[in-house]
Amino acid sequence: MEHTTNIPTLSELAALGKQPEVLFWVGCAGSFDERAKKITKAFAQLLLKAEVSFAVLGPEESCTGDPAKRAGNEFLFQMQAMTNIEVLNGYEVKKIVTTCPHCFNTLKNEYPGLGGSYEVMHHTQFLKKLLEEGRLNVEGGVFEGKRITFHDPCYLGRANNEYEAPREVLSKLEAELIEMKSCKAKGLCCGAGGTQMFKEAESGNKEINISRTEQALETKPDIIAAACPFCNTMMTDGVKNKEKEGKIVVMDIAELLQQAQDL
Amino acid sequence: MSAYLPNIVFAILFFSLIGLFTLNVRRIIRNINLGKAAHRSDQSKKRWLHMANIALGQSKMVRKPLSGLLHVIVYVGFVVINIELLEIIIDGFLGTHRIFAPVLGSAYNVLIFIFEVFALLVLVSVFFFWTRRNIMRVKRFWKPEMKGWAKWDADIILYAEVVLMTLFLTMNAADYWLQTFAQNPHYVQAGSFPVSKYLLPIFDGFSTQTVIAIERTTWWLHIGGILLFLNYLYYSKHLHIILAFPNTYFANLEPQGKLPNMPAVTKEVKLMLDSNADPYATPPADETPSTFGASDVTDLNWVQLMNAYSCTECGRCTSECPANQTGKQLSPRKIMMDTRDRLTEVGKLLNKGNQINQNTLLDNYISREELWACTSCNACVEACPIAIDPLSIIMDMRRYLVMEQSAAPSELNVMMTNVENNGAPWPFNQQDRLAWREELNT
Repeated sequence: MEHTTNIPTLSELAALGKQPEVLFWVGCAGSFDERAKKITKAFAQLLLKAEVSFAVLGPEESCTGDPAKRAGNEFLFQMQAMTNIEVLNGYEVKKIVTTCPHCFNTLKNEYPGLGGSYEVMHHTQFLKKLLEEGRLNVEGGVFEGKRITFHDPCYLGRANNEYEAPREVLSKLEAELIEMKSCKAKGLCCGAGGTQMFKEAESGNKEINISRTEQALETKPDIIAAACPFCNTMMTDGVKNKEKEGKIVVMDIAELLQQAQDL
Repeated sequence: MSAYLPNIVFAILFFSLIGLFTLNVRRIIRNINLGKAAHRSDQSKKRWLHMANIALGQSKMVRKPLSGLLHVIVYVGFVVINIELLEIIIDGFLGTHRIFAPVLGSAYNVLIFIFEVFALLVLVSVFFFWTRRNIMRVKRFWKPEMKGWAKWDADIILYAEVVLMTLFLTMNAADYWLQTFAQNPHYVQAGSFPVSKYLLPIFDGFSTQTVIAIERTTWWLHIGGILLFLNYLYYSKHLHIILAFPNTYFANLEPQGKLPNMPAVTKEVKLMLDSNADPYATPPADETPSTFGASDVTDLNWVQLMNAYSCTECGRCTSECPANQTGKQLSPRKIMMDTRDRLTEVGKLLNKGNQINQNTLLDNYISREELWACTSCNACVEACPIAIDPLSIIMDMRRYLVMEQSAAPSELNVMMTNVENNGAPWPFNQQDRLAWREELNT
């Protein structure tokens, strides 16, 4: 089986007595959600192209516990966290990269107190580094003349103060990056955080993702760039609601960079 | 004896009003200490800088340039003009008049000049504040929680500032008139009056006696007004002028996304996961069973309670809140106002020596619907000019709902059951986690 040599799991590597440089934490959305799986594949292909030594956990990965914690279920969160930490420490994982800002935040900020300390990077930070090191290069002008607006994920931006990495990756695409009126620290939430993804919204006069999509549409974009699988879903739904799905695409930064690689 | 009557009256006024304020400050401290422990005494250097930057330096205030600028003027004016207060108090006790004038010489003129300019600037800024609130009706000042006392309080503060500044300038004008036209050795040539000199025509045709009476009356009303306003703070959102400082010092310095782990839960989870642990072992005697999460103010920590007293109800949090923007009931400002109102209720009972009543912050003040509308996006935390954290209270109350009452919305129960059973919030098979890898190769 060719793929097992391409993208191994930690257990497959361990059987060979090997360890990867970095663990790609795929996350539940990245593993199961059809749309998010495309992001996972795009990012994995970029890692392969850059010849990064990486592995995934596969069936040994389990929810970080973030949605349980934000719902108020600290027991379930810590059960999940401790189980995951046991696995991660068992494989002596040092470095983790993930395409989900919620996993990123939890692994980075909430696991150390429970015995799991790792260097955790969001995939936009990792991609930025690969570009800087010349391990990835943008080829051709696929996005030349395209208007891109970037939606900041709350758990990358306000939660962890990372506003520049995704923008630096986007700036390599030779596209026109147009900021929304509220961006960076003032960026409006897509509406999915705090476990809203898993429930109907409380009654109000509007859905949050519609508000955010309207803000994005004000920039007259060709592409709405996202950096979170949940934001991606919310913004995609918003674009559909506005009947713009033929004209505007919502894409993860990893997908954009992958297209620019002409893979 | 009667010659000292003003001094005695002043001393009584001063000590009784300062005493009343001290009593109320102690009550606030007592109420804040009803909260649970929070360890915020580490990293003192970083904390001083945080305070210097955000409270002293108003760095978050000026993120909204117009209201930020107006606020900086009123704030600096308040601090600067209060330097004069020291002189007024000494004069009051000793029966002297402008006691610093001979000591400071020409520097005194410069100081009075600056005070007057700021008094005028404060008046102008307060006028703009009042206009924004009552004529332009900036949206965040007219949300549902800004009714009744909250609305009154905001306006009273502005009126009080107008009254105090007007008294201050009238007092100076009368003084200047007396210095210039009366041959009274008590009114020495002192000070420079760039603003109040324009008020001199008011006194045209007045006798010296009348102007002295005006000068004395405004002097007394000014200092009396300040002492009353000081005591008003206890009942008002205006308490932020003091509490903004400790509030920013003891603020959370961790990344905003980090929601603290609960140590009590860690202990229990470790026991559950430890195969060698004796499940029937009696817990150590010193362990008091605590509630998980918060249903009332006494379940919150003291920093959260101080946050509630520090909130000046500006509503920047609420205007940034995605739930509030889309018509949901949640308003982060209301979370803080409710916390303070409940704490005040509890405090009043304690003042009377009564037990805390059956009301709780949850349900009696904050509804479940508000709590479940939060996206935990941190926009409110980011927006607060003095580092208040409404999100931490929302999360603690969700913890109570879920861990003490199992009262999560049913969809969230489904999500949590999935996490428990499948290790993912959706009912997928754990073995399919690598499906994407297969797809990549085909």
